Amino acid sequence: MSKKIIKYVITDLLRNRTVLLYTLVLLALSLGVFLMEDNIDKGIASMLNIVLFVVPLVSIVFSTIYLYNSSEFIGLLVSQPLKRQSIWLSIAVGLGVMMAFAFFVGIGVPTLIFAYSASGLMLIVAGLLLSVIFVSLAMWTAVYIRDKSKGIGLAIILWLYFALIFDAILLFLLFQFADYPIENIMVAISMLNPIDISRILVLLEIDLSAMMGYTGAIFRDFFGTGGGMFVTLGVMLLWFAVPLWLSNRYFKKKDL
Amino acid sequence: MIEIKQLSKHFGKLQVLREIDLSLEGGQCISLIGPNGSGKTTLIKSILGMVIPSSGTIHFEGKNISREWAYRNDIGYMPQIGEYPENMSIGQVLDMMKDIRKIPENLLDTELYEKFELDKMLDKRMRTLSGGTRQKVSACLAFMFSPKVLILDEPTAGLDPVATEILKDKIIDEKHKNKLIMITSHVLSDLDDLVSQIIYMQDGRVMFHKSLVELKVDTGTNKLSKAIAHIMSLKQELSKETIYE
Repeated sequence: MSKKIIKYVITDLLRNRTVLLYTLVLLALSLGVFLMEDNIDKGIASMLNIVLFVVPLVSIVFSTIYLYNSSEFIGLLVSQPLKRQSIWLSIAVGLGVMMAFAFFVGIGVPTLIFAYSASGLMLIVAGLLLSVIFVSLAMWTAVYIRDKSKGIGLAIILWLYFALIFDAILLFLLFQFADYPIENIMVAISMLNPIDISRILVLLEIDLSAMMGYTGAIFRDFFGTGGGMFVTLGVMLLWFAVPLWLSNRYFKKKDL
Repeated sequence: MIEIKQLSKHFGKLQVLREIDLSLEGGQCISLIGPNGSGKTTLIKSILGMVIPSSGTIHFEGKNISREWAYRNDIGYMPQIGEYPENMSIGQVLDMMKDIRKIPENLLDTELYEKFELDKMLDKRMRTLSGGTRQKVSACLAFMFSPKVLILDEPTAGLDPVATEILKDKIIDEKHKNKLIMITSHVLSDLDDLVSQIIYMQDGRVMFHKSLVELKVDTGTNKLSKAIAHIMSLKQELSKETIYE
């Protein structure tokens, strides 16, 4: 990685209007929720829905568009005496840091001020991880697909999949196999979606798991323990590392 | 200085470069010409490591460039369309390149920077610049680090006549310093007085690589543009004949 490129990507993004707007919208939403809601847990639950929907969407779509708009510039960097890997990873770090920073200013800081609690901290951790995971997915989309509109289309489809379609399939399976003991399998399947992992982690912290019945108890059993937490964190890191690694491997051979 | 052997490249089924062999030496100003889609830009990008060849090798000063990157310290590249991060100012783009190249300030070649008067607009954001000004920034960056090889892709497209003259003078200066300069251009008349060698490409093949003098003798004309037109018409007749057969 090259510190210089990270520095310049961040300088560029700091002045980007979309990033500024994103931060301000998050800030307005979180201030709105926390100022209207006295109960911290209820506030966190409302914030959770915003975080799980908006953060992945903006992270993946904005990063994809940014990468396509920078494609000429990335080409110019490749023509300079720099390793391809260091260019690509530096851009990933720059984007990841900026999206995480925007989230932290927009939601993290208000949460720390108005709802400082275990569930609040978990919400911040989940949001930061989701930001970088979806940046990593964007790197993967943008490197494989040359055409800008197709790439952005795929980014939106990926988001739809993780935010809506996956849950729909999960619900369908749940009803189909309601007669079988599938709780343990549910834990495993939820690992396939970083948004679901985040939702479960935060919900367990606000003690709404009681409302999730027997499955909730199984989740509690798994995610509530140190070992389960460790595994979950590992899975989230894999969600970040694997798409980035795949994209980097492809970028090294890519024609620009 | 640059040796290209049996270089081929295909994008999917499309064959863009077919078994190209070239040997390029310093002190020459080489014009790379050919119709649109003949593989000029792909050839340049292969030398720069932006395109990975399907087969064949490129040696830069005796070293194979595959998986290498340090050799690009000796190359200055001016792209066809210079796109930069839109929120960065000219000053920041220049600083970034200086950072990447790590060449001390007193060794920088700032002639173009001064002549194009970029110092007056250092704070301008890249997105607000016209195409011509971007080209000036690109040219300035290509020459700034006194590289041994200069690769200029359509350098005069978008530049006004004054800037074109400045750039031409600079190219001639660099040629006298025993540097290798490669230019692709469609506008032939701009280049007449700089070029010392011509590479003519068509359908991914190098049709010929000759010095200007040889070419003028061969075609019996005195002007480069006429000589090229002569060659192109010959080639077209040839390809028509093959179609009729």
